[in-house]
Amino acid sequence: MGVVDWILGVLVRGMALGTPLLWGALGEIYAERAGVVNLGVEGMMILGAFFAFAAAQVTGHPGLGLLVAAVIGGMAALLHAFVSVTLRANQFVSGLALSMLGLGLAGLLGRGWEGFPLSNPLPELSILPPLGVLLAVALWALLYHTRWGIILRTVGESPAAADAMGIDVALVRYLAVVFGGMLAGVAGGFLSVAYRPSWTEGMTGGIGWIVVALAIFASWDPLRAIGAALLFGTLFHLSFRLQAWIPPEPLQMMPFAFTILVLAIAARWGARAWQAPAALGLPYLRGER
Amino acid sequence: MVAIFAAFIAAGGIFSAYGINPIHAYAVIAHDALVVPGAFPEIFRSTIPLLLTGVGLVLAFRAQFYNIGAEGQLLAGAVAATGVALFTPVRGPMTLPVMFAAGFVGGALWGLLPSLLKLRLNVNEVITTLMMNYIALYFVSWLVTGPWRGPSVRGFAYTDQFPAAAWLPLIPGTRIHWPTLALGVVLAAGCAVLLARTRLGFAIRVQGENPEAARYVGINALRTTLLVMLLSGGAAGLAGVGEVAGVHHKLLDPNQVSLGYGYTAIIVAWLARGQALATLITATLFGLIYSSGDVMQVSLQMPFRVTSVFNGLILFFLIGSERLLAYRVRWAPRPAPADPPAPAAAPHRPSGEEQWE
Repeated sequence: MGVVDWILGVLVRGMALGTPLLWGALGEIYAERAGVVNLGVEGMMILGAFFAFAAAQVTGHPGLGLLVAAVIGGMAALLHAFVSVTLRANQFVSGLALSMLGLGLAGLLGRGWEGFPLSNPLPELSILPPLGVLLAVALWALLYHTRWGIILRTVGESPAAADAMGIDVALVRYLAVVFGGMLAGVAGGFLSVAYRPSWTEGMTGGIGWIVVALAIFASWDPLRAIGAALLFGTLFHLSFRLQAWIPPEPLQMMPFAFTILVLAIAARWGARAWQAPAALGLPYLRGER
Repeated sequence: MVAIFAAFIAAGGIFSAYGINPIHAYAVIAHDALVVPGAFPEIFRSTIPLLLTGVGLVLAFRAQFYNIGAEGQLLAGAVAATGVALFTPVRGPMTLPVMFAAGFVGGALWGLLPSLLKLRLNVNEVITTLMMNYIALYFVSWLVTGPWRGPSVRGFAYTDQFPAAAWLPLIPGTRIHWPTLALGVVLAAGCAVLLARTRLGFAIRVQGENPEAARYVGINALRTTLLVMLLSGGAAGLAGVGEVAGVHHKLLDPNQVSLGYGYTAIIVAWLARGQALATLITATLFGLIYSSGDVMQVSLQMPFRVTSVFNGLILFFLIGSERLLAYRVRWAPRPAPADPPAPAAAPHRPSGEEQWE
């Protein structure tokens, strides 16, 4: 087997693993661009994974499963939006609560569904990977070259200014968070109807947290998220592939270490690209400074 | 309290959706987790790590340092203690104290990097501590499958068993490793005194409530936060020592060393509302939820994950009700409105609300 073939093989697998990372990260990027951190990705993904599997198994249509996953992810995100935007509770804690709740619910509901392979799985590399790349490009264009994009970024950078312009800050944040949740749901659904067409409890296995890291690593830029997802996906694949020669764990911890490193470097040398949206994590109340 | 109650009702709804009568479920839980002989002490098995970790988090939260990394700090403590027990010549009665000291240092060191990044470069500590959790998780799983895998347990991913000197004594007839429990109680009391009566405690409180004012009166933010994080990480590290020395007697898969204690402790600390002594109650409550999880697994054939449903719901209701609670208190002097307006309506209230917030 040639070296080129081997590298290509690794990259293709990296893309397969990178796909849920990309979808999830795109959603998280949009939510964070609007100023709302959602640490509930892991929870939304696992719910998406379970409901996608259940819907696909019952109806026989994996595409329908993904649709259901998007709806469920959006609904879970709605809860986060309500608590963090309307009730203005701590976003980080609310996200953690969503992750716990999602993992718990999926584990509870999914009990009878374990161990059956999906009868009609989606081919892994057929639809979602290329669609994810297209989506990333579209979201990038939307973010940087349209009026909507400016509105979204303004809400994340300076909600007071957006408010003064007559923009409904809460509405924009709700939309961004729910949209992010829908993508996270699809990302989870990809796992259970295409990547590993079955349902196992806790099957997201921390991918949701990598997504959170990825959004930062990609400096909240949908285009960079493509490369970053491929990188993290490849790292994860290599950790299995090279198991015979090097232990998998050091490679698996790399996405997390990279993210800390990138944050530190960005803060140290003031790299403009890695400036987080200024109002990230802050609830907005009109009149409050 | 209302929040917890609401969470239990919501969980009851989930039970019934699951095809189990919620009243029956709670009756079974109450019976099997409290009444059945030998069940009651089980509560304290999870209470111990939750108490130690929760007290540490109370300190951190009081200083407005959002330490989400207790899980990783706990694991780091467990690793340090294991290192002492298996790979140093320390033996005899000194073993356990040295293990606790090592565990404290391990946990504190694991919390050091995020705190330095926060203090020096203003990097968000929530993200870094969270990332450190996963680094710790993979680190432990690398240790137990690789260099530390016990030669005598070929094929299994854990270390050799600790020598007897590294086993924590248990209260007879139970599985409570009492030295760790005592340590937790002492720590809770100590932190309460620290917060209420000492210079450092004062600095922590001022810094947490108003960093601007803290800077103005000359409180050294670097020193305060660093001390807080050393204590907070160290306390989580102690919990890790308790788990390996009191329960498992070896280092094993990270998800078995800690059943998400580091995350649950966040709720324990949040619910304690910054009062170190209140963690004694809240940690016991969550110990009860953990032991109920075991009960539900056995008696109701529900997966253990049901505990994270409880945890998630309680946390949601808790932070959700905080806002409502704050408003209700502030409206108290006025005649109570017929139907309490949703907080969303708050921004449209007449001027003057800035001062209330």
